[in-house]
Amino acid sequence: MIVAEQKPLQAVLEMLRGHRKVLAVGCGTCVSVCFAGGRKEVGVLASALRMARGLDGEPLQVDETSVQRQCEVEYIEALAGGIDAYDAIVSLGCGVGVQYLADRFPGKRVLPALDTKFMGGPTEAGVWEERCQGCGSCILDRTGGVCPISRCAKQLMNGPCGGSKGGRCEVDAGIPCAWQMIWERMEALGRLDELLEIQPPKDWATSRDGGLRRVVREDLRTPRGDAS
Amino acid sequence: MQQAIDGTVERGGALKSGSNLERVLAAGHFAVTAEVEPPKGHDADFIRGKAALLVGCVDAANITDNQTAIVRMSSIATGIVLLQGGLDPVIQMTCRDRNRLAMQSDLLGAAALGVRNVLCLSGDHQSFGNHPGAKNVHDIDSIQLVRMVKEMRDESRFQCGEEIAGGGPPYFIGAAANPFADPVALRPHRLAKKVAAGADFVQTQLVYDLDRFREYMARVVEMGLHERVAILAGVGPLKSTGMARYMRDKVPGMAVPDALVERMAGAVADLDPQDKAARQEAWRAEGIAICIELTRELKQIQGVAGVHIMAIGWEAAVRPIVEGAGLLPRPEVHA
Repeated sequence: MIVAEQKPLQAVLEMLRGHRKVLAVGCGTCVSVCFAGGRKEVGVLASALRMARGLDGEPLQVDETSVQRQCEVEYIEALAGGIDAYDAIVSLGCGVGVQYLADRFPGKRVLPALDTKFMGGPTEAGVWEERCQGCGSCILDRTGGVCPISRCAKQLMNGPCGGSKGGRCEVDAGIPCAWQMIWERMEALGRLDELLEIQPPKDWATSRDGGLRRVVREDLRTPRGDAS
Repeated sequence: MQQAIDGTVERGGALKSGSNLERVLAAGHFAVTAEVEPPKGHDADFIRGKAALLVGCVDAANITDNQTAIVRMSSIATGIVLLQGGLDPVIQMTCRDRNRLAMQSDLLGAAALGVRNVLCLSGDHQSFGNHPGAKNVHDIDSIQLVRMVKEMRDESRFQCGEEIAGGGPPYFIGAAANPFADPVALRPHRLAKKVAAGADFVQTQLVYDLDRFREYMARVVEMGLHERVAILAGVGPLKSTGMARYMRDKVPGMAVPDALVERMAGAVADLDPQDKAARQEAWRAEGIAICIELTRELKQIQGVAGVHIMAIGWEAAVRPIVEGAGLLPRPEVHA
């Protein structure tokens, strides 16, 4: 899932300076599951904003809503009817959701209430960890199912570096050394010899470095002019 | 004692780079290199001063590349000043600050200016330095860098496969090795990968724990790696009890035995704690004495082709260490 975290209240208040009536929009998918931008979090944030602005003597009307997925136009279409009544939209979606709202409502200011963090999952209650950077060419078959691109601080392809100690990364003792994990996994799988092969430089063209990325599936495309 | 060094000797004396370091190793001498820390400024005289401390007591001088991710004068520029001062520079190059375009471009430029040795490193993480908000690069890793330099040199090809006009830059290619980092069992294999990638020489992390280093070297010799790469063991003078303790407890991938920490403490035990000058003098003398002993011991270990002295800004300690270890004068090996 995409993991996000709410911005500090003060930062959201700062963005909302000068606005009087806004719509806070949650998202029912990833950010709902990681307790950052679901229906419940929309309610809590809206109350906090109203209260803070009330104390400042500059009341703010915050209406609340949530859609199943901010990253699909079909779902945000439902907001179109009443949107003119608001002078801004506060999105509690990830960065994708914010941009889909901005694209659908070009005349409205859309403000991000979340910081989108990474693709990952929960490791224990209240803790989420990164697992994938979307580099565009997966190598997990060669690294025992542990990703060095997202989990090694230096993105080493032939690790570990000299800073691995007791299975921990030198950057932060709270971070497990990805290459120690890769080594242990490959050993358990009886495939250590594969780690002795030199991995060539990675082709980053499939990663963010190649510019805006698109996935095109011709078999799923609707022929132009034939939309049903 | 003649060390068996890869390639150069076996291939009938054809040198890869002709650097002084390569010549000394190829002739079978026990090599001595030392590290120079570039200034946090643009004062060339500062570097000339450091060069003067090292001329005649080392075969080559490493120049760190923004070590611990702190901005300093460029490794290549500092190396050129050292070269002008009569030293054979080993430019260090990290994968943290440059992508493959910048690395190859700098390698060509340094070669044009007369640099013949390069040490390929991953680089300390930027969070340790003075620009923790910097974006790191890590386009390629240190092993891929070793291979890239080798292919540039031996096949006259850029990483993309295109031919380098006029031939590849003649580098003597170095890599780093840390015998003490985890997982320990993997370390000789990681060295093997660096050798397979094309490393001609290796400089290790600081060695204070001889027992653990001997175990590592035994495995390295068993794998025959010492015959394919010149291994220079890292040594460095401790400056105080606090430094010894810090290295033992805080620096990842360092092994400092308690006995050495106690020895440093013992060096100042009878001194007035208020007499800072006397304490520093006693510590420094003990640090150099320990370093000399370690160097003598390391010279006896099979597969060790030399030492690399990392005095961390205290370049004045290099001559007494080299002299004390009986490694002066340095050999003059002509091409």
